[in-house]
Amino acid sequence: MLSQVVFTLLLIGAGLLFFYHIRLLRKTLSIGRPADLPGPSWKRWAQMIRVAILQERMMDKPVASAAHWVIYVGFIVINVEVAEIILDGITGGHRTLAPYLGRLYDGMTLAAEVFLAFVFIAAGVFLWRRNILRVARFHTPEMRGWPPLDANIILWTEIVLVLALLFMNAADQLLQERGVSPYFRVGTFPVSRWIAPLLGDLSDTSLIAVERTAWWLHILGILAFLNYIPFSKHLHIFLSFPNTYYASLEPAGKVDSLPQVTAVVKEALGFPVESQSESPSPLLGAKDVTDLTWKNLLDAYTCTECGRCTAVCPANITGRKLSPRKIMMDTRDRLEEIKKKLHKNGRWEPDGKSLLGDYITPEEIWACTTCNACVRACPVLINPVSIILQLRQHLVMEASQAPETLNVLFVNLENNGSPWALPSVDRAKWIDSLS
Amino acid sequence: MAGKTLSAWSTSGEKPEVLYWVGCAGSFDDRAQRVARAFVKLLDAAGVRWGILGTEETCTGDPAKRAGNDFLYQMLALQNIQTLQAYEIKEIVATCPHCFNTLKNEYPLLGGTFRVWHHSQYLIQLIEKKRLPLPAGMEEIVTVFHDPCYLGRGNGEYEAPRELLRRVGIRLREPERSRDFALCCGAGGAQMFKEPEPGRQDINIERTEELLRLSPHRIAVGCPFCMTMITDGVKHAGKQNEVQVQDLAEILAERLGLVS
Repeated sequence: MLSQVVFTLLLIGAGLLFFYHIRLLRKTLSIGRPADLPGPSWKRWAQMIRVAILQERMMDKPVASAAHWVIYVGFIVINVEVAEIILDGITGGHRTLAPYLGRLYDGMTLAAEVFLAFVFIAAGVFLWRRNILRVARFHTPEMRGWPPLDANIILWTEIVLVLALLFMNAADQLLQERGVSPYFRVGTFPVSRWIAPLLGDLSDTSLIAVERTAWWLHILGILAFLNYIPFSKHLHIFLSFPNTYYASLEPAGKVDSLPQVTAVVKEALGFPVESQSESPSPLLGAKDVTDLTWKNLLDAYTCTECGRCTAVCPANITGRKLSPRKIMMDTRDRLEEIKKKLHKNGRWEPDGKSLLGDYITPEEIWACTTCNACVRACPVLINPVSIILQLRQHLVMEASQAPETLNVLFVNLENNGSPWALPSVDRAKWIDSLS
Repeated sequence: MAGKTLSAWSTSGEKPEVLYWVGCAGSFDDRAQRVARAFVKLLDAAGVRWGILGTEETCTGDPAKRAGNDFLYQMLALQNIQTLQAYEIKEIVATCPHCFNTLKNEYPLLGGTFRVWHHSQYLIQLIEKKRLPLPAGMEEIVTVFHDPCYLGRGNGEYEAPRELLRRVGIRLREPERSRDFALCCGAGGAQMFKEPEPGRQDINIERTEELLRLSPHRIAVGCPFCMTMITDGVKHAGKQNEVQVQDLAEILAERLGLVS
């Protein structure tokens, strides 16, 4: 009875804590500008199904894709067993679902066992690729300190959680064989059967202790992990779905115009200006995360730092400072700072720092060729170019800090309607030399 | 020649089928002018009644926009839209993927909606409608195609240029980074008009070296800025006498004997 109370309180506590942090995350995202996201919702659902659920874009890298599929499906399959663990914890029962599911229960335990083994291998493959094979994209300058530690914590936690379940099942089936109450005969355990001999010499009491310890370790591990996720790159397991839903349906080459600029330019040109229903933000471009759209901010929280973007970035490949992944990580780091303030004070007040300058340097954003390779490479449709262009807009239109050569470009465009200082009367000269 | 400026068309009381958006490179850059000439020869050969804006054309505003100057972009864009609408233009073909992207995707946001083609798409249509003949036989010049970012990733068009080259009997070799993972030449996003940030290597050198590893006799491009960047890359490798850099239009015009 005591353990039921303790369990239920822990469950409620962990649930409330998680709920609080998700709400805080929502609040943090809402400091961004509104985003204009045209397109029908069925197309968005289709995009989410293709990209997030079916992981279409993971396929570019077969090994990572296979291992990721295993962990993804394993997460779903094993969670059925976790649901039962929660039921057991609340009711004080043991394998509560078994009597209701009958033969299906054997199938369920079988599937869970098989996936536990697969997840164990897949997490091992990821650890091996990251730490022993040292895949280059995991070892760029922005991947020092917390980011690789975060990744390893996630993978090791997965391994510990898997082992806890396998040891629990191993002890359980030994107790079943010995006819110890309440361990009635049920389930199919083809994987943990191989662990059982390790525990074969233990007394009934010790076996029960092993089973209970593994049970508690697993569920406490899951509750702790759940509350670790809001602070980790692992948020992608939730945010990939909304992020792919809200990602642009437009061609990658298309960049929106600033509506507040349109009004000014039309007036300057003497064109009729439509009266605007609401006055848009007077701000041009973005200096801080508060100037970006909430979708840009969602992108940052969805990023799982896989680095596929940076690995295909022409500027990064040729040794420039720009790394699209760093753009996303910086955006998130800055947001985390704001999130902490929101947590402490309930509201955000400017602190004199900004994304541009304190996190991202002009040198980085000016190196971008807007080739969209990073956008194409992202398995969850994050768009670093959108942030880069908004930061450029701030530098040029608000801070007047364009590189000198670009100022020459602007002058030429203004005076000659061409990037070069060549007179427009010569525009059709090429045609004169047609035979 | 079945082409003239829009003001000339207007005086004659007729309308062209299509507006050829020449772009700043096609207007002023020696090498891109040759592409423009090859392209209009193809239009003539197909009997297309084409027009250009001539002195009334300005930059679409693409480099200004990508450089963060939306004022300048919109200034240029709104004026161009006004000009295009005054001539009641419906169809536009561009030999520059940056112009193509801006005209096709970004002008509608400012009220200018047109049917816009990249010249590879337009030429394929002319071939399919049998307005342009197909040369007989295969050509033995080993050719590599370099995808322009704003045609490929930017607008999802990977097939038209390849189809065009295949139709005229060219065997293509694909570089390692191709189609949606093609490496940029380094010119986009206004990089063409500024000094590169410090790095180990220039992007065009990295890309050209990759293309040259396939030992081509020719690198086919579909963008005037790629043309400049890859041509410089080929010179950097000292291969300018062995490897030609040509636009799709030039290749087709050459295969049809329209240019020598």
